[in-house]
Amino acid sequence: MTGLIPQFLVDTWNSLPPMVQYVTLSSFKILIVLIGVVLVVAYSTYFERKVIGSMQARVGPNRVGPLGLLQPFADVFKLLFKEVIIPSESNRFLFVIAPLLSLIPALATWAVIPMNDTFVIADINAGLLYVLALTSVGVYGVILAGWATNSKYAFLGAMRSAAQIVAYEIAMGFALVGVLMAGGSLNLGDIVEAQSGGLSNWFLVPLFPLFLVYWISGVAETNRAPFDVAEGESEIVAGFHVEYSGVAFALFFLAEYANMVLIAALTSIFFFGGWASPFEGWTFLGDSFLREGSFFWFFAKICLFMYTFFWLRATFPRYRYDQIMRLGWKVFIPVTIVWIAVESVMAWMRVGPWSGLAG
Amino acid sequence: MIFEAMLFYLFAAVMIGAALGVVFAKNPVHSVMFLVLTFFNAAILWLMAEAEFLAIVLVLVYVGAVMVLFLFVIMMLEVNVEAVKRGLTRYAPLAIAIALIMVIELIQLIWLRSRDVQISSSFAPNPEGYENTKALGAVLYTEHVYAFEIAAVILLLAIVAAITLTMRKRPGLKVQDISKQVSVRAKDRIRIVKMDAEKKQ
Repeated sequence: MTGLIPQFLVDTWNSLPPMVQYVTLSSFKILIVLIGVVLVVAYSTYFERKVIGSMQARVGPNRVGPLGLLQPFADVFKLLFKEVIIPSESNRFLFVIAPLLSLIPALATWAVIPMNDTFVIADINAGLLYVLALTSVGVYGVILAGWATNSKYAFLGAMRSAAQIVAYEIAMGFALVGVLMAGGSLNLGDIVEAQSGGLSNWFLVPLFPLFLVYWISGVAETNRAPFDVAEGESEIVAGFHVEYSGVAFALFFLAEYANMVLIAALTSIFFFGGWASPFEGWTFLGDSFLREGSFFWFFAKICLFMYTFFWLRATFPRYRYDQIMRLGWKVFIPVTIVWIAVESVMAWMRVGPWSGLAG
Repeated sequence: MIFEAMLFYLFAAVMIGAALGVVFAKNPVHSVMFLVLTFFNAAILWLMAEAEFLAIVLVLVYVGAVMVLFLFVIMMLEVNVEAVKRGLTRYAPLAIAIALIMVIELIQLIWLRSRDVQISSSFAPNPEGYENTKALGAVLYTEHVYAFEIAAVILLLAIVAAITLTMRKRPGLKVQDISKQVSVRAKDRIRIVKMDAEKKQ
């Protein structure tokens, strides 16, 4: 490694004040994560169209580039060159700023996500709280977009989305209380460390109901099918982003997919052991890289959950709105409260798979 | 630390500007957004004072939940801006009086504290490995556990009261029983009758 970098560069780096070194290193890390997330988002649109295509016995995109692999870039350039139309009766400032308000929290949350046991942009103590706080801020983009458009359809979509996100956030928060009790820490890295030791040590086992609640709430929180009533093409045209075109629409699209990747990453961190390998204790595999925790496993788990997102979309019909509200308030919240009680009693009595939990 | 002082004054100035914006903005939705900006700046100031738990909880509770409901209500209400503007001048003397009382109280408090405590020593940096969340929890669940429990009971009471106030059943209203709809099975709705094929006449 030292031979690759010229000596004068190492010298200049060492002569810099620590503050400057820290800022440069952090900016570099942020750039890597940002480019990675945007690339994953771009290719998840391709992945989605291929998966749903094969489930519906179609081919999917295959014209642009080999196997259609350049399709995401074609879509992005098409959107970039389209005109952004601002409705004359809209609130201009809020109309323009709304897509940004939904994208910024979706990207900023990646600051505390640990990619492997060393790489994380900000290793803060209250990481889980930070995740909860920032994901709850994302709803502003949707509400403001719906209101600023000054259209009935957009406003209806915004109202639906706001009520839905507020309802499911509570269930998500309660599910994370269970994770926090099991991990004994608010730091995401520590939560992953607490799940090391193979498949049976993942929080999926003792917290299975909380995993179901968290995952389904995550699907509802990102406004994805079967909970996509905020867009509801058949009822309210396209909901909150009906008047958005070109780059402004692309930003909403980017925010939605960035949120999906984020929920996939968070679910794998909280319940599937993050970067940890499922085969850690399996000695017969030899010294394979499969037994060691690495970014490979984290990425594989994200891909699994992204696939599940698309699978759900291809399989289920859309929920009715009052049933969505009932599922959030009357089913998920009681389930999480009961399971937190069960978890604390079991961990206290040291019974079964709960006996190893920190709580 | 001159850099930290600069940051403090920058965020404090933005916060005061945003707070003024809440009062003077013509559009109520803009007022709500200014209030959100104020909360964010308050959270940043708390972060700089190494109170990360309070800062994140401020964003989580106020920005993420309370202000969303606020925005929800204000968008539905169609507030008459002219009437609100007239109220601003009418209630100005009262508002200024309350503000003055609060400023005097704050100055008294700072003066009292400065007599017996050295301000600079009470803001000493925290030791290595200090966790704000853990420290807060340790105090809340031991020393102040009764006050904490009483606060929790009062909040629960508020939830129950709000639900009982809004729960009313109007007679003669047709409602769907969702659990009944979900648990319906095909054999409840259709009957399959087996019969012989009829002969052609």
